[in-house]
Amino acid sequence: MEQYLIYNTLWYPILTVLVALPLFGAFITLGIRGDRNLKIWGLLVMVVTAVLSLPLFFSFDLTTAKYQFAESGNWIPFVNIGYVLGVDGISVLLVLLTTLVMPLCILCSWTYIKERFKEFIFVLLFIEASMIGVFISLNMVLFFIFWEAMLVPMYLIIAVWGGPRKDYASIKFFLYTLIGSIFLFVAIIALYVTTGTFFIPELMTHSYSFSYQIWIFLAFTLAFAIKVPMFPVHTWLPAAHVEAPTAGSVILASILLKMGGYGFLRFCLPIAPAATVTCMPYLIAVSILSIIFGGYLALGQSDVKRLIAYSSVGHMGFVTLGIFLLNNVGIKGAILQMVNHGITTGALFILVGMIYERTHSREITDNSALGIMMPIYVSFLVIFSLSSLAFPGTNSFVGELLVLIACFTKYKIVGGFAVVGAILAAAYMLRLVQKMVWADSDGHRHSGARSELFDLNFRETATLMFLTIFVFWIGFHPTPLLEVMDASTVHLVKQVESGMHASPAGHHAVLNGLGEMVKNLLAFNH
Amino acid sequence: MILFLPELALIVMILVFFSVSLAKPSQNQLQGMGLFLSALAVAASVYTYGQEGTLFFDAYRVDAFSQLFKIIITLGLFIVIYLGEGLSGIGNTLKPEYYFFLTLSAFGLACMSSAVELITIILCLEIASFALFIIIPFRKHGAYRKPMEAGIKYVLFGAAASGITLYGISYIFGMTHTTYLADLVTIIPGMIFKKPLIMIGLVMLLCGFFYKLALFPMHFWAPDVYEGAANETSAFVATLPKVGAVALLIRLIFLAGVDSGQFAWVLAILAVLSMTFGNLSALVQDDIKRLLAYSSIAHAGYIMVGLVCATELGFVSGIYYIAGYLVMNLACFFVIYNLAPNGENISFDDLKGLYKRSPLLAFTLAVGAFGMAGIPPTIGFTGKLFLFTAAIKKDMYALVILAVINTGVAVFYYLKMVRASYSSVQSPMPKIRLKFSTTLLGIFFIVVILYLGTFPQGFIDFAQEAVAAVI
Repeated sequence: MEQYLIYNTLWYPILTVLVALPLFGAFITLGIRGDRNLKIWGLLVMVVTAVLSLPLFFSFDLTTAKYQFAESGNWIPFVNIGYVLGVDGISVLLVLLTTLVMPLCILCSWTYIKERFKEFIFVLLFIEASMIGVFISLNMVLFFIFWEAMLVPMYLIIAVWGGPRKDYASIKFFLYTLIGSIFLFVAIIALYVTTGTFFIPELMTHSYSFSYQIWIFLAFTLAFAIKVPMFPVHTWLPAAHVEAPTAGSVILASILLKMGGYGFLRFCLPIAPAATVTCMPYLIAVSILSIIFGGYLALGQSDVKRLIAYSSVGHMGFVTLGIFLLNNVGIKGAILQMVNHGITTGALFILVGMIYERTHSREITDNSALGIMMPIYVSFLVIFSLSSLAFPGTNSFVGELLVLIACFTKYKIVGGFAVVGAILAAAYMLRLVQKMVWADSDGHRHSGARSELFDLNFRETATLMFLTIFVFWIGFHPTPLLEVMDASTVHLVKQVESGMHASPAGHHAVLNGLGEMVKNLLAFNH
Repeated sequence: MILFLPELALIVMILVFFSVSLAKPSQNQLQGMGLFLSALAVAASVYTYGQEGTLFFDAYRVDAFSQLFKIIITLGLFIVIYLGEGLSGIGNTLKPEYYFFLTLSAFGLACMSSAVELITIILCLEIASFALFIIIPFRKHGAYRKPMEAGIKYVLFGAAASGITLYGISYIFGMTHTTYLADLVTIIPGMIFKKPLIMIGLVMLLCGFFYKLALFPMHFWAPDVYEGAANETSAFVATLPKVGAVALLIRLIFLAGVDSGQFAWVLAILAVLSMTFGNLSALVQDDIKRLLAYSSIAHAGYIMVGLVCATELGFVSGIYYIAGYLVMNLACFFVIYNLAPNGENISFDDLKGLYKRSPLLAFTLAVGAFGMAGIPPTIGFTGKLFLFTAAIKKDMYALVILAVINTGVAVFYYLKMVRASYSSVQSPMPKIRLKFSTTLLGIFFIVVILYLGTFPQGFIDFAQEAVAAVI
């Protein structure tokens, strides 16, 4: 086990603390009275967690692909389940994204949530603990426990504090995700029975027969594709987003969706490399479909939240596209795109929540021509919209650019399709901005001004300001983030390349034949 | 003497209730006596854990396996008596007799876990069943017909199952000339590939225990009995007999040996049918007890997934899962019992707004239901992890895949229960005031389900020791 891990040398067990602190805070919540105290307590715990997570970035060893800040211990020796935590270049940014975005979820719910505050704070802290747990677990069972434990609080966020169709949306969310994960469960057990271990880095070093890899790959892919979500299993996402309260949408968009991408990188690629290479054409095709369908559907929406939800499908299509191009640039672009999507889409959902609190409507027509009434609000709206359509100088530009570069160096035709998606993004976001900011306004305040449209207060401005910093920081100087990933992504690509030829690919004649057909259709040039 | 201590404690308890039934004690006195005496029985079981020996001409064996099951059974009895505070579903005149028969049934089950000879097994099975035949129709609430119908169904199915079991025993005895499990285990594995009749005999023998476990195709009684019997009786019927059945199934399945060929197939098919039938039927139920009955049929299937393996891992997982199932199911019945002050049945409508009426009951129900659905970190998840690991180790991929699809289906109705209890209603019913002792029991359920789910190793050590005594 030691050859994969670098044990934690900080003065506190950082990864355990990141999971335990929110969990501990959640149980303290049950004894606190008064909405204001609850909010302050929740914010305090999350801010402390965020501060304590910063050494992950500043003390990160850039030169190694090993798992850092690791901790290990026995847990259930009966079936060889250990308590092993660690982060590498792939997961560390996602952990930081989680700890930094979570405090904003409380800030944006400050006045939005009106009932059952105690439970709300409890659930938010609980979900934070389980999300961090997913990214830092190095044991399959531990990973799965966190993965499933996250379902219940998210279900409750939608089902208790959601909109009018919350029952439908929450059940759909729960069942989709659960059905994805039951096959993941079987795959995890199958891997254990074959290798005798649940320890993830060790699972990566074994070589499996090709047909075995295919089955494992399919089981993993179903779970992660639903989570991402990829076309055609994306239908739970718009429903969940529209009904969820702002904090729920932010958590969903910023962090939950990233778990699908993270899962592909952590499990599919290194554990089943030969199967990944075989299935690559299909997954690229599905990613392209997600990009184009997501964008196309977003174009037709009249509900702002639904529009952003569909745009998420498109953006996450870029992530899976980058992952399955299977080269260093593409994977880096995918990870960066995950972080960017977390920042930008999270901010857009916060913006929607703010306007919903004022006008109680999410329709574009009810929220048009805001520019003259709410100058600060529309400034942020424009910044994040431009970031969403990958305008140069903003964060998403860097991520999408890297993915597109990877596309054009590998398969030009795929790059061509992806660019269509990028154009669609510009079309729907600019349409949204045009309607919401200007519409048919003549630039003057008229006597019938709507009194409910007061501009952002200090809390709201601060929330968005925090994210704006990241938009421009990553937009102009992404090197620190790319450096953090570098060692791990290089190592990952090596793992795939050394594993892809390990087994003869002759077992699945039908599958290969189909693969050739798709390749020919898209005129891939190997 | 010491070997028989737990049974003696139960016999004393039976005799005490028998003599008390001649007088007119108050309900508080009765329950206090029940709690005290069943706690003594638990203590006796714990005290004799680790003892080994045989009694009654080797027909009765005391070892780590039997004592572990006795601890679980007596503990279960204690919880059932604790849970049924006030016996709100039972008429006043019948209360002493109710405790009398309840204990008698538990006594039969406790003996069953020690019985290692076919006739003794049948005897214990009948003691456990007959007592239940009598108390199932004890119910003051509701239409006169339903409890009677439940009682008759339980008797008829029980009689049929016993008949089939005896018929199976006659085959086994005829072919092997012995009724001792210790002898059978050396003879049957050699016969199983040569003489198919022995397999028919074995499967028929198991039918009696399938009936107790409510495994397909001996499950038909479960929904009607759960629905017709009083809530506290259902809580007993739903849990303890299943523990006894699992104990015996482990002993009997082991007879066929690890490499049992077709025999494993028969059991695997029954497991799948049981899960599928149970889960699909549970989806459309409105009465919570009926729903739990169908879900118990499904759980019988999951447990069989582990037992079919006939390996150490499979049996240990089976024991862990049945113990977990006992706690989770009792947690759900605990909520039902406290929701129905007059002992009536509970439907989804009654669950609505439970969150406002009693947060503790709602949370207990949520933990119990999510546990049975297999959401981590509950005991149900860890149990399924072990069961499926055991099955995949035996290369039974198809069985495991069908089982996980079933767990996916099951989540839907468990979620429906949780959703109902957490949904808000326009005009909520009055708050439910729980006594301190009741609150304590609710917290106990929550803690046990979460603690044993997160840290199973302690229990697993005991279960491994127990299984080692059998294998």
